[in-house]
Amino acid sequence: MIKTALLIVGWVVVAPVLGGLLAGFDRIVTARMQSRVGPPLFQPFYDVFKLMSKRSVAVNKFQNFYMLCFIAFVIITGLLFFTGGDLLLTIFALAVAGVFFVLGAYSANSPYSNIGAERELIQMMSYEPMLILMAMGMFMVTKSFHVNDIMGFSKPLIAYLPGVFIGFLFILTIKLRKSPFDLSSSHHGHQELVKGITTEFSGKTLAIIEIAHWYENILLLGFIYMFFAFNPIVAISAIVITYLFEILIDNSYARLTWHFTLKSSWIVSGIFGVSNLLILAFLGK
Amino acid sequence: MSFLKKSPWVLHYDGSSCNGCDIEVLACLTPIYDIERFGIVNTGNPKHADVLLITGSINEQNIEVVKNLYNQMPDPKVVAAIGICAATGGIFRECYNIKGGVDTVIPVDIYIPGCAARPEAIIDGVVAALGVLEKKAEAFKSMKVSA
Repeated sequence: MIKTALLIVGWVVVAPVLGGLLAGFDRIVTARMQSRVGPPLFQPFYDVFKLMSKRSVAVNKFQNFYMLCFIAFVIITGLLFFTGGDLLLTIFALAVAGVFFVLGAYSANSPYSNIGAERELIQMMSYEPMLILMAMGMFMVTKSFHVNDIMGFSKPLIAYLPGVFIGFLFILTIKLRKSPFDLSSSHHGHQELVKGITTEFSGKTLAIIEIAHWYENILLLGFIYMFFAFNPIVAISAIVITYLFEILIDNSYARLTWHFTLKSSWIVSGIFGVSNLLILAFLGK
Repeated sequence: MSFLKKSPWVLHYDGSSCNGCDIEVLACLTPIYDIERFGIVNTGNPKHADVLLITGSINEQNIEVVKNLYNQMPDPKVVAAIGICAATGGIFRECYNIKGGVDTVIPVDIYIPGCAARPEAIIDGVVAALGVLEKKAEAFKSMKVSA
């Protein structure tokens, strides 16, 4: 009981702090890769506090409400995950959060925001199959959809699900909104989509979106943890290496088209994810 | 201390300049000058911006564009006119289609001289603009409290 309460408080309070630090770390590493010095580590927090102090400009009544739903569902998803709930439910709750984000962008009458929303939907279509395959693979190995059981599985999950992990890494780039799959909203606004899905949000609402992304990123790192849960030290090193790898990918690729994103993510999910599950099924594991 | 000073996001608009000042504005983002050190990000979106950087003079066709961009920026905000054309119209001021400097259309807080303005001057100007932004933020805050 106390453990659950601690986990809840930890997720709600500590996760955004970690997420913000991660974003700051990301920006510094990115800058170093481009032989720049980069912003201070706490820059993402300065940005969010600044956004809080700006005048709120909403283009309609629903916009802010949708974003509150977005962050609420991201938090609920994390609660489900970190308190050891159902992995499938976690994945679908995360999809609901994504849908609210898209609805918010659609509610504004700006072409940039609408195209961003459409692209976000295509991104969701690209990554959802692999997320479900991941849950299925974990079920086939551990015989449970519960995160508690998956985390408590004594053998290394990665040894049974290497293909699923590769597929997951591929869609992780989409989920973390990194190049080459930052179709819906890029970090750099002076491009073809302006800011895409977040174009019409400003001030406090934009701050909420930023914080929700911090939560989301920590949740995704939690997904990586599951593959290596047999040994926490290995798991944390795996998370660090994976994230650095994602930053490297982010800096070495230009943005791809949505056709390529959709095709490649489904092909990778098929080749690595499905074949991994087939092998598991044939081995009777 | 407000956080505005630590994270000014800029919006860059080219009125009708020769492009010299624009190149210098973008040069500020390159590894040599790296203004992201100060938390400055080029947003390209007026709704996310705190500082409007305008290069070049105002012509009859972009009057409404500049006003629109300015009005879309949420308060508190500042405007910096970069280069002599943005300040007074420069060598284009006699042209039939030129209205003049940026301050003929929207209030300007900082004028950055030069033709073209050097990146050092632009960074200096943006830092000066942050001082103005700070004052505006305080005024904005007291306005909100009294309202």
